[in-house]
Amino acid sequence: MFKYLKQLTSLVAVVAVMLTFTTETMAAKKSKTLKNTQKKGFVRCGVSQGLPGFSNADASGNWTGVDVDVCRAVAAAVLGDANKVKFTPLSAKERFTALTSGEIDILSRNTTWTLSRDADIGLTFVGVNFYDGQGFMVRKSSGITSTSQFKNGISACTNIGTTTELNMRDFFNSKGISYEPVAFEKADEVVAAYDNGRCDTYTTDKSGLAAQRTKMKNPDEHIVLPETISKEPLGPVVRQGDSVWEDIVRWSLNTMIEAEEYGITSANADSMKTSENPAIKRLVGAEGELGAAFGLDNEWNLRIIKQVGNYGESYKRNIADTGILPDRGPNQLWTKGGILYVPPAR
Amino acid sequence: MNNKVKKFVPQLITLLAIILVFGFFTYNAQINMDNRGIEFGYGFLKQESSFDVQFSLIEYDGSHSYARAYFVGLLNTLLVSFIGIILSTVIGVIVGIARLSPNFLIKNTAAFYVEFFRNIPLLLQIFFWYFAALRALPLPQDAEAWFGSTYMTIKGYYVPLFVWNNLDVFLYSILAAIISIVIIRSYAKKIQENEGKQLPVLYISLGLLLLLPLLSFVIGGVNLEIKTPVLKQLSATGFIFEPALSLPPELIALVLALSLYTATFIAECVRAGIQGVSKGQKEAAASIGLTPRQVLKLVIMPQALRIIIPPTTNQYLNLTKNSSLAAAIAYPDLVLVFAGTALMQTGRAIEIVSITMLTYLSISLAISALMNWYNKKIAIKEK
Repeated sequence: MFKYLKQLTSLVAVVAVMLTFTTETMAAKKSKTLKNTQKKGFVRCGVSQGLPGFSNADASGNWTGVDVDVCRAVAAAVLGDANKVKFTPLSAKERFTALTSGEIDILSRNTTWTLSRDADIGLTFVGVNFYDGQGFMVRKSSGITSTSQFKNGISACTNIGTTTELNMRDFFNSKGISYEPVAFEKADEVVAAYDNGRCDTYTTDKSGLAAQRTKMKNPDEHIVLPETISKEPLGPVVRQGDSVWEDIVRWSLNTMIEAEEYGITSANADSMKTSENPAIKRLVGAEGELGAAFGLDNEWNLRIIKQVGNYGESYKRNIADTGILPDRGPNQLWTKGGILYVPPAR
Repeated sequence: MNNKVKKFVPQLITLLAIILVFGFFTYNAQINMDNRGIEFGYGFLKQESSFDVQFSLIEYDGSHSYARAYFVGLLNTLLVSFIGIILSTVIGVIVGIARLSPNFLIKNTAAFYVEFFRNIPLLLQIFFWYFAALRALPLPQDAEAWFGSTYMTIKGYYVPLFVWNNLDVFLYSILAAIISIVIIRSYAKKIQENEGKQLPVLYISLGLLLLLPLLSFVIGGVNLEIKTPVLKQLSATGFIFEPALSLPPELIALVLALSLYTATFIAECVRAGIQGVSKGQKEAAASIGLTPRQVLKLVIMPQALRIIIPPTTNQYLNLTKNSSLAAAIAYPDLVLVFAGTALMQTGRAIEIVSITMLTYLSISLAISALMNWYNKKIAIKEK
């Protein structure tokens, strides 16, 4: 008996090693972030400190906005309930550290996708949920109707730690205009300072300008100039190194956009299960095995559409109906003259 | 085990523990950063910063490096701390003495000021001064001239711009004046000790300080052109003053808030110091015929200072560290420029936060060292 003990132990060891390998790969496939999220029972989502239309909390602490809806969609997909999200308000300065340090799992905070952010600091952008561009707001009484009327010595209020500061410099430099940048840490102080007359102009993403205008003492006294000085594709961000989680967030967003393309809404999603179109059937989980690759069930996308709605519904609810930007501009489907175009879910 | 070893072992264990803790944190951070694909290094300091700063003491724009942006922030922090320390000391000494005044009104006004300002959080005071100032100050086109041709407006305090020719000659003349004053003072002291004669040192010093710079104008080729601010229109309702030196309202609000807040604590230190000198000293000094002024200058103050200096050093350190609240109102200090914008643009949190911490530590240690040196100088010298 003892004769074979040595062989037996090595056999056991080999089997044990193989077993650990298989469990390892299974676990890897399920994604660490996904596993932790399901264990905790909520999605940890970083949002802004209050930007109407994108992420804004009401008096009772309910978060709404298109950025908020991305996190809600992920919660609906992986936990089955769009309300199981813990929102963490972050300043522009804090946001990336919060994500890379593991305090949050999705950063959905009107964040511009740029090469250096994507490549340098351990982040991965998963898509674009709002195409924006930087603009300027001025007082109507100033008589300025175009940025070409800006003169040397103009003072511009903005936030620190954003691409805004860099674009502003590029813009004024290229026009040869000297300017005084007044950069605050929080958006509320920027608005207050501009509103009191500290600055001649307030610059940030145009959607942000439109949203912040609603917070001013008298919104009608201010206009947003027509020029757009930069490309600002805003989208959700995840940590580098968990490709399954990255895919889940990406395809949760894509599902919302594609659902609008096929006319699937929160109201009619269930009835779409019997549709003739296989693309629609795949989007409501009636055909194919789309969830399996993420380690999810097959109705993950149906839940997103039913609980959060498609992109058009989210836009209408948060941005159009609140009077921030009624015109969808580039954020219209590609089939309707916009640039929203997502890869097919199949 | 002899005594030497007994003393040595606990020290060694403590040191090892500290090294282990630091080692663990460094190792942990390294592993986590590796896992997340974040690189570590200070090379980014040489890169172009590509952001502008509102207010800078040295030449700077976005084409300079992050390292230079760091110095811009550092100098702005030092500027605010320096002005704040001087202002708070002046206010603090006046209020501290006022609290001991026999006059009921002066005494209670001072007491009210101290209790009011030291019990409101500093950040609130900064916001108060900033937004109160923004609301109360006029737009440039409505501003009235103060002291001839300076203008206090919502966009800043505009003062005439001084354009110097041969500024270095002028500075050398001031330096020469200061050196000769020092020499004359020590000479005067010697004469007083040897012959009992008092030279009019104050008048000689003032004369030198006026005469030498004046000479630099007459024969040194120094020349000063003063450009007074003129209102310039940017748009129908937008105006600024040009050419002018503009002190931003952020700096003014921050200095005001920091000084008024810290002065309350310094006032209490001063009061404690003066009350700490026993009454007998004052009576004894008066009985040998010293005037009240001499009593204060020669007997009370030298002893009071020994009590005042150490706690006041703490207040100076607090003021310097509190100046980092500047970020809230857009004053471009070290925290806003370097630990704010630069951190965001590079994403190098550990590097930048470590540099910032080290910088504040160095500033604080430098202030402590200076104050300790002064404290030692005025300490009782046993003869």
